[in-house]
Formats: sequence, C-alpha cells, structure tokens
Amino acid sequence: MADKIVTEGLNAYFGDVRAVKNVDLRIPERAITAVIGPSGCGKSTLIRCMNRMHEVVRGARVEGRVLLDGKDIYSATTDAVEVRTRVGMVFQKPNPFPTMSVYDNVVAGLRLNGERDWNKLDATAERSLKLAALWDEVKGQLDASGVSLSGGQQQRLCIARALAVEPEVLLLDEPCSALDPIATAKIEDLLFDLKDRYTIVIVTHNMQQAARISNFTAFMYLGELIEFDATKKIFENPERELTEKYITGRFG
Amino acid sequence: MVAEASEHGRLDHAGTGMAKARKHSSPIGPLASTGDMLFKYAVMAVALFTLVLVWFLVLMMLFEAGDSIAEFGGGFLIGDVWDPNREVYGALPFVFGTLLTSAMAILIGVPLSVGVAIYLSELSPPWLREPLSFLVELLAAVPSVIYGLWAMYALRPVMVDTIEPFFKTVLGWTPFFEGEPIGLDKFTAGIILAIMIIPTVASVSKEAMMAVPLSQREAALSLGATRYETTRMAVLTYARSGIFGACILGLGRAIGETMAVTMTIGNANLISWSLLDPGQTMSSLIANNWGEADGLQLSALIEIGIVLFVIALVVNVFARLIVGRFMKAVPTTGGGL
Ligand SMILES: Nc1ncnc2c1ncn2[C@@H]1O[C@H](COP(=O)(O)OP(=O)(O)OP(=O)(O)O)[C@@H](O)[C@H]1O
Ligand SMILES: [Mg+2]
Repeated sequence: MADKIVTEGLNAYFGDVRAVKNVDLRIPERAITAVIGPSGCGKSTLIRCMNRMHEVVRGARVEGRVLLDGKDIYSATTDAVEVRTRVGMVFQKPNPFPTMSVYDNVVAGLRLNGERDWNKLDATAERSLKLAALWDEVKGQLDASGVSLSGGQQQRLCIARALAVEPEVLLLDEPCSALDPIATAKIEDLLFDLKDRYTIVIVTHNMQQAARISNFTAFMYLGELIEFDATKKIFENPERELTEKYITGRFG
Repeated sequence: MVAEASEHGRLDHAGTGMAKARKHSSPIGPLASTGDMLFKYAVMAVALFTLVLVWFLVLMMLFEAGDSIAEFGGGFLIGDVWDPNREVYGALPFVFGTLLTSAMAILIGVPLSVGVAIYLSELSPPWLREPLSFLVELLAAVPSVIYGLWAMYALRPVMVDTIEPFFKTVLGWTPFFEGEPIGLDKFTAGIILAIMIIPTVASVSKEAMMAVPLSQREAALSLGATRYETTRMAVLTYARSGIFGACILGLGRAIGETMAVTMTIGNANLISWSLLDPGQTMSSLIANNWGEADGLQLSALIEIGIVLFVIALVVNVFARLIVGRFMKAVPTTGGGL
C-alpha cells in the first residue's frame, strides 16, 4: 500500500511551545488512520500540519517536511490553497458559516471553484448531505441558517461541506465528539464506505471507535509519536508499555 | 454620630431594606453610608440636569421656530426658495444638499474605509496593526476646520486642475457634471466628507472584522479559499451588521458636519444635480447666515436646525442600536491570519 502522506522530522510550534516533536509518520493511501492520545498531546496540531492549517494561527510555525504523494507541501513552490483543496478538514468544533443557509454551506467549496450549474450544485448538496447522514433531517429546511441546526447536525453539515469538494484526503478532528450514538454509527459507516476512495485521518478519544473503524493507529503522547502500527497490533499487542497503558485505561 | 448613622444605614439594608436594595442595586452592591447616598443623589441630579437641558433645547428651538412654522407649515420642507428679500423660506435645497453630499461621502468613503479595515484586520502584520489602527483613530480627532483648511488649500487645486476636468471629460454627458470646474462645489464637499468619515467607519468596521472567530476563517481556508475569498465569504459576511452600523455612524457624521462643508461647498441656495455646481447643506446654511439673520429668517434657520437635529438623531440612534447589538453579541478578541 502506497503512502499518501509522509511526515519527516515534523516539528510544530506555537511561539516557543513545541506541540509536535520530531514526528515521522506514514499515512497509507485508501485507509483509515486513527490518531489517539491524551488531551493536549498534539493530535489536532499534527493533522493541522497536513493541510497547512497550522500556520493560520498567529505565531505558529512548522519545521520538517510533509510529503503529499511524495511532494513537500511546505516547499516554496507549493501553493497552500491547492494543498487544502486536495486535503479537506473537519474541525474539532463545528464551524458552519452562520450567514449561509444549510444548502449554501454545503456547496460553498464548489462555488469557490467557480461551479455555477444549479443541477450540479443541487446534486452535490444532496449527495454530500446523504453521505454525512444529515439529508433526512434537513431536506425540508435547506434554506434555514447553518447555525439553526443542533451541534451534532452542525458537525455533520461540516462533514458534508468537506465531502462536497471531493478531496483526496479527509482529516477529521474528533468528528463524533458532539454526536449521539446513532449519528456516530452513521458517520462511522460513512468513513468505512469512503475509505476505498479516500485517505482518511481521524483524531478520536474513543478507543472503541479507533478499534472499530481504523486500519492503522498512531498513538501520541506529549507531542511525540510513541507508536504507529496496524490497529489490530496496537490494540492487541503494542510494542511500547505506554501505548498499552493508554489503551487499557491504566494511565497517569 | 457619623459612625452611628452609617451603622444604622447598614442595619437598615441588612434588614427591612433588603428587597429594595436588591431591586436597584449597583454592580458592587447596595449603598452603605450617607456619603454614598449623597454621592448618588448628586450624580443623579447632574444626569437629570442634562436631560432637562436637552428638553429645554428642543422646546426653545420649537418656540423660536414658531413664526416660521406658523408661516410656512408643512410646506417648509418642500419649499425650494430661500429669499430674504421676499421673506419666503423653504428647506428643500438644503435637505437636498445635505442628502446629496452625505450620499457621496458614503459612496466614496465606505469602500475606502472597508478597504482600510480589511488591511488592518486581515492583511497587516501584527507589529504594524496597532500603530496603524491608532493613527486611523487619531484622524477622527482632527478638528473639522482643519479638514476644511486642508480642503481649500490642498484639495481644491487638485479638484480644479485634475479631478473635475477628468470627470467632466468622461461623464460630462450626464447631468452630474455640467458646468465649469471651480473646486468650491458639492463634489469637493462630498470628497472632504468622504475623507472625514473614513476614520470612524474604518475603525468600527475593523473591530467588527477582528471579532470574527478564527474558526470561520479556517472553515473557508480548508475549502481551498484564497485570502481574498476567505475575507469575502467568512469575514465580511460574518461582520456585515457591524460594518453596516459603522456606515450609519459615518452617515451621522456626514449629515451633521458643518465647518468643512461650509468652507468647500460654495454656498449657493439652489437645487442642482450637477456636482460641479455650488450648493448648500442645512448646517452650512445656518453657519453662513446666522450672523445677519433676524425676524422670520432667523426663525426659519432655527426650523432648519430642527430638521437637521431630527435627521441626525434618527440616524445616530439607528447606528447605535446596530453597533451596540453587535458589540455585545460578539467578543472583541481574536482575528487575523
Ligand atoms: N492556539 C494555540 N496557542 C498556543 N498553544 C496551543 C494552541 N493550540 C494548542 N496549543 C498547545 O499545543 C498543544 C497541543 O494541542 P492540540 O490542540 O494539538 O492537542 P490535542 O491532542 O488535539 O488535544 P485535545 O484532545 O484536547 O483536542 C497543547 O499543549 C496546547 O496547549
Ligand atoms: Mg484536538
């Protein structure tokens, strides 16, 4: 299996604070990779380095290399905008555009790319909302504001929005933390279906979820990548004691 | 004696006065001592005095304008003649002048202000943002007579030699640019007004944009938006009510502005759509004629003042409602890429 994203000696800073330390990680293509670890260990920061979203925070910077299909996304010749169209992201906190309707939120990315054909926009909106398990709940209120939805619905709206532009890689930062078990199961089904076509990286605090849906798991602790392997291996027979302690809940 | 009195006061609050104290409690709790009570009433008296003063002002103006109101009635607002020789007075040329120059100020000033705000909030490096914002706010504090002087000695020659001939060449076929470029006209007045509202509109708009959460910008960026697209789809839309409020504040300033307009507008009591013709606003009319006016003309001038007062009041109240709501609704931190 080819590697879609490779990080080499990746360090991420907030000012003087180093939140990600010397991470070498290979994200396999067309598979789900879970990133786990205690709160504050740098999971979000790590995946935000993969679509050049880290540098958006003031005072933040990145050292090292991140290769997307073998090409360094931090090289001087790479356009961050192009990287982000190829590597989509769903954020930890839902962030729909409050002044846009549900519909406009979903097709916002397509419109950015200049798509004006209503049939195509309609079709994409419906397909993306269905994929995100939101269609049935919002099909009657596509004109309502994006923030009129519940927190969990907003998160699924953001998933639909990210899917609509059909990125090659999908980075998801705890996408299910605000969802009920039913919606969570739907999202997990969705990710499972998508992995034949997309490369998926998902940050999660839910061990069962990581074990259920991911093919590979990365365990982080205090900014370092402690262990990365097939999910089965990590959960059944980890190399490192720290990993085992975290998995089994005997931590700290 | 004093100690006893204050002790008594405290007891009273702790006992029977509890409910009352809670009902109109100040942020730091009930008032305890006699000194505090005295202070409270003194401050209250001052506050009431200002209120009374405003009412007094309004009543006096209505009284003084009585002759004009009786003479011209509602026709005053649509009367287009201002002739002291025939003792005929109408407000229309000046309402027209005020609205036209204010509209120009908004039309020219708002895009520039929003541009400045976008630069300050979205594009400028952090080390430049603070000093630059401060400078922009400082411009709001420059007395308007200074703007007027600048307009007469620096802006007018440019208007006469370059800007007005240019517009006359390009748009001379429209009714808006008929006549000769003289530089003391509605065009110059509108431009100086536009410049004068920039500090206010830009800094309030900047605040509104800075209040847009970073997560909104991230949402746009993650969809592959450029800086420009991010500003358009995530920042301007989110901050639109604040920006709108800023524009209304600017409009309020433009409507009421007197000195700089009086110095540049040419002071002619006529209604003309051509920006190259001189004109008159409500405030410049008052400033120009106050000295010599008496009798019915003075009364009419005061009625003009009432019209101006009402328009300015409505615009300002409207602006404050909008800006106040947005200032409360969103935290004023964050922002920037
Ligand atoms: N904007 C920021 N400015 C400064 N430091 C930050 C910022 N965001 C995160 N950090 C620091 O970077 C470290 C990693 O944060 P990160 O958000 O990546 O953790 P996380 O693993 O995603 O945690 P969680 O599971 O709680 O989401 C933390 O120690 C945090 O304090
Ligand atoms: Mg996180």
